[in-house]
Amino acid sequence: MLTRLAIIAQEGEHNEILAGDGGWWADTAGIMLILPFVAFLLILAFGKKLKHKGGEIAVAALAINLVWATVLLLMNASGGVLDQTTFEIGRIGSGLVFELGWVVDGLSILMFFLVNFVGLIVFVYALGYMKGDVRVDWFFAAFSLFAGAMLVLVGAPNLIQLIIGWEGVGLASYLLIGFYWEDIANVKAGNKAFLTNKVADVGLILGAILVGVSIGSWDFGAIDFAAFEGAPELAAVASVGGLLFFFGAMGKSAQFPFHIWLPDAMAGPTPVSALMHAATMVTAGIYLMARMFPLFEYMASNVRIVMIVIGTATLFGVGLLAIVADDIKKVLAYSTVSQLGYMMTAIAAGGYTAGMFHLFTHASFKALLFLCAGSVIHSVHSNNMSDMGGLRKFMPTTFWTWVVGALALSGIGLSGFWSKDEILATMGERGLDIVLWISITGAFVTAFYMARATFLTFFGTYKGDGKPHESSRILTVPLVILAVPAVFAGFLNIPGLSLPRLGNYTEWLAVRLVPMGDPHAEAINFGLAAIGLGAAILGVVIGWLIYYPDAETQLERDSFEIPVLFPLLRKKYYIDDLALGIVAIIKGPLARFVDWTNTYILDLIVNGVAGLVKGVGVFVYDTIDQRGVDGVFNGLSAAVDGAGSVVRKWQSGRVQQYAAAFVAGALILVVLFVFVLI
Amino acid sequence: MLTWLIALPVIGAAIVALVPGRLKELHLPLGVALAVLPLALAGYVFWVFEPIAEYQFVQEAVWYEPWGISWSLGIDGVSMPMVLLTAILVPIALAASTSITRRTKEFVVYTLLLEAGMIGVFLALDLFLFFVFFEAILIPMYFIIGIWGSDRRIYAAMKFFIFTAFGSALLLAGIIALAVTYADQFGSASFALSDLMNVQLSTSAERWLFVAFALAFAIKVPLFPVHTWLPDAHTEAPTAGSVLLAAVLLKLGTYGLLRFNLSLFPEASVDAAWIMGTLAVIGIIYGAVVAIVQPDLKRLIAYSSVSHLGFIVLGTFALTSGSLQGAVIQNVNHGLVTGALFLLVGMIYERRHTKQISEFGGLQKVMPVFAGFFLFMIFASIGLPGLNGFVGEFLILVGSYSTLPALAIVAAIGVVLAAIYMLWAYERVFTGVPDKEENIALSDLSIREISLLAPLAILVLVIGLYPNVLLDKIAPSTEALLDHIEEQTEFVIPEPGRLGDVLVAGGDHE
Repeated sequence: MLTRLAIIAQEGEHNEILAGDGGWWADTAGIMLILPFVAFLLILAFGKKLKHKGGEIAVAALAINLVWATVLLLMNASGGVLDQTTFEIGRIGSGLVFELGWVVDGLSILMFFLVNFVGLIVFVYALGYMKGDVRVDWFFAAFSLFAGAMLVLVGAPNLIQLIIGWEGVGLASYLLIGFYWEDIANVKAGNKAFLTNKVADVGLILGAILVGVSIGSWDFGAIDFAAFEGAPELAAVASVGGLLFFFGAMGKSAQFPFHIWLPDAMAGPTPVSALMHAATMVTAGIYLMARMFPLFEYMASNVRIVMIVIGTATLFGVGLLAIVADDIKKVLAYSTVSQLGYMMTAIAAGGYTAGMFHLFTHASFKALLFLCAGSVIHSVHSNNMSDMGGLRKFMPTTFWTWVVGALALSGIGLSGFWSKDEILATMGERGLDIVLWISITGAFVTAFYMARATFLTFFGTYKGDGKPHESSRILTVPLVILAVPAVFAGFLNIPGLSLPRLGNYTEWLAVRLVPMGDPHAEAINFGLAAIGLGAAILGVVIGWLIYYPDAETQLERDSFEIPVLFPLLRKKYYIDDLALGIVAIIKGPLARFVDWTNTYILDLIVNGVAGLVKGVGVFVYDTIDQRGVDGVFNGLSAAVDGAGSVVRKWQSGRVQQYAAAFVAGALILVVLFVFVLI
Repeated sequence: MLTWLIALPVIGAAIVALVPGRLKELHLPLGVALAVLPLALAGYVFWVFEPIAEYQFVQEAVWYEPWGISWSLGIDGVSMPMVLLTAILVPIALAASTSITRRTKEFVVYTLLLEAGMIGVFLALDLFLFFVFFEAILIPMYFIIGIWGSDRRIYAAMKFFIFTAFGSALLLAGIIALAVTYADQFGSASFALSDLMNVQLSTSAERWLFVAFALAFAIKVPLFPVHTWLPDAHTEAPTAGSVLLAAVLLKLGTYGLLRFNLSLFPEASVDAAWIMGTLAVIGIIYGAVVAIVQPDLKRLIAYSSVSHLGFIVLGTFALTSGSLQGAVIQNVNHGLVTGALFLLVGMIYERRHTKQISEFGGLQKVMPVFAGFFLFMIFASIGLPGLNGFVGEFLILVGSYSTLPALAIVAAIGVVLAAIYMLWAYERVFTGVPDKEENIALSDLSIREISLLAPLAILVLVIGLYPNVLLDKIAPSTEALLDHIEEQTEFVIPEPGRLGDVLVAGGDHE
């Protein structure tokens, strides 16, 4: 099924790229959005009785999904696929329409593939990781919900469905972060994530309202098209709308200062972190920016300044926090925030492809690193690197795959190098020199804290309890599989190169309704690449100098300290305290004060007024009624009697009085209305 | 047919009343069975309901000729969802009342009479008839709170009664004044809504009458600052009372504002829109903030109602297609979700005889199914997209944005507060390790209890994912109402942009 928008695109009317409609595979792509929810219900119903507590259902759903995603990926690579299927679910008057459905284009196909591929590997890993844990069936149910909501999000043909997926992801993350809810701290982490996101979501919802009301459609195609054509209806609201969308994206993609929820989200089981940091949840904000890229490219370009400032602050400022973290998952969490800053800055700088490419490579190596961390934690039963050390001898597979991930993340040679280089090149081309140098420094910081984490965890002597051991195969095989894209994914988009008959990432991503106007380098910028690589290597070297020398003997290797900076970093710039303080004020003094006014002021007034009215009523009853009423009253009071006689049935004397007062009061008012006012 | 919708519960009440008192076990099941009949009829009405602007299944009979009072009933897109909601919730509320062992017979009778009154209010097209039903509801509700409520029930019942009686006085005065004016202008008496809409009023008279109607309905809603009766009434009422109070009785206020204030006093409605909207938004924020610190689950939900109903009033007075449709559908949504939440609190109250949040903790461990339903309803209440609460809120926000943008933005921010109080309450009641002796031995929901909640949960999901199930039928009526306002006033309802139509013209294409 095709909407006119998709036809426009297929005829190459607005984008010179010609695309097919994907045939049966695109028409049925909605199955990917539905299967995880079917899995959710099946697991809830039958999970307990199965061997893997429903894990097999969750895995099967994503495996089937991956077939669709892969076929569509190949079809798109070999000719482009553009299609959209929608169903109306609601309508305002005769105007705005609410629809659900799925969009199939270059961007959504890549996300379909990413979510299902990484999801499947992480699900398989979780089969082993969660074995014997509490509520495994619930875990897989919620995990399926998580993946399903993300697929609803990335497949959304309009803002409404995107919002549904968006908050669905938020719900699933709330459930999974608070998975071990016996410990209230975990529940609080879930609440923190949900609330932080909810605040940001206000931006997304208001942005959707603004754009929807202005152009009369929530369809992404319509928005893209309106932006491209310079429709005045959209132009009038583009900047405010763009800002609101970015505000929403800041929450999900943990941009400064909304990053505070992400490190706490570690409270969930490690596979959750892996999925959350790689494919679902945090990529949503970046995806939204990419999905709405034409709005920023053709209209709201002034919003980009804000995006660049925030993105740069995130990639550098939050990245620094990883240096002082002891929890290995927190190191990775802060590194995710930092990398999201890179992606956001890249997209803001006009690097639609660069930002999405980094998202793509990052997904593989970050999932890998988290699963490695999970393997380590599984073995030493602690998250803290101060309980680790020397693990390279005990856990060789985990170690080597970790090294692959760490190098990729640090931008040394592997996939991360290519994608990060592309971001740096975009910044260079756009003449954003300050941002470029901050980003290069950020690359140095990334390499430094990854080196620190690597040396503290895998080198030196083991400081934890018991004897660590390599994890079982169900944990290590996913590591090895993920290491493959972590090494090679970068080659998908090397400037000037492309796969035979399949092209490259840039071309795949460009299959959209309108051209993205995205500048991408035609050749490798060797100078910039060398500087970026040099900064990363420098980071590793300095990390090695500080954390490695006494590796085998010194127990307290993590004593390196920079005055003022490190204490500030440990306090996380006091932003968490600030946010918690605000919530505490709302929950405490503010709410209590308002409650106090409610009880002692409002109720008092209300009771006073009630007393007054009663007094007046009784007065009227006693005087006017006693005196005998005139003709007008007679007629009217008979009417009132209909109600009054009912009221008089009460036996209580007090109520009878009120009833009398009520009738009398009504009469007075009638007189007032009828004879005085009219 | 519509008369039967009112008559069936009355007949049911009579049948139950005739069953001898010694057959105690029979009263409640019989009541539930009899309450299913109006539900079946309401379901049929929903099924054959046409999406048109006019009133359907209209029945008219002269009641008292000299004053032009008639037994005039009809149903349209605004009232149909409310009738259906009432018919759905009464049997559920009754079936959930097994803990009522004292004077069961009277309880069932009162509840069925209450249902007749509620349905009557929504069907009445004659203002006098409306008022009779409006008042008749007070009696059974007063007794339900006063006899089967908890400790401070007398105080609560009294407060409920005084507040509403005060409003009723104003309403009655307003109705009579309007009817007298009509008789004056047209030479014949009538209380029919369609007639009274033609009365020509001076600006000041229209405004005073608007105030009289609005205040009466605002107390019912309840709108800030006349909401203080609600938490007491909710807290003290038995479960069925709370459910019906929250789900249906409060809607008499929002329904009244939409049905009578807007159509009878369009000019004043347009002028007062920002005042009503402001009060509504204050209510949204205020109710949410106060809810945060409530130590009692029922009070917390009661204050969340103040917040949610603020949304409905905002939608009503924003006067756009989206906001009115949103207001109507949000009436239903709030009824389903808050009704379910009160049922849930009732279920835990039956087990623990307390509603204090601090008495619980870790319940998720011992009552996972209960916790699951509770969490589901909490998220519906917070307005999670995909569930029904979002549909109403979003429509109201979209609609309000065109006419009352500042208020819409504040209201959107208010949604965050809902997440704070609900999730915090959930955290304290359900998570952690159950550390209190009394909580460890609690039993999870029985099949009977699940079967009461499941229909509500399904409706929450269906409306959330396919709002057209109701929107289609609501829209013609709200559009007609807006047309009427546009005709009577200089107010121009802003239309959304039409760019989307041009772009996706032709829609699907093979």
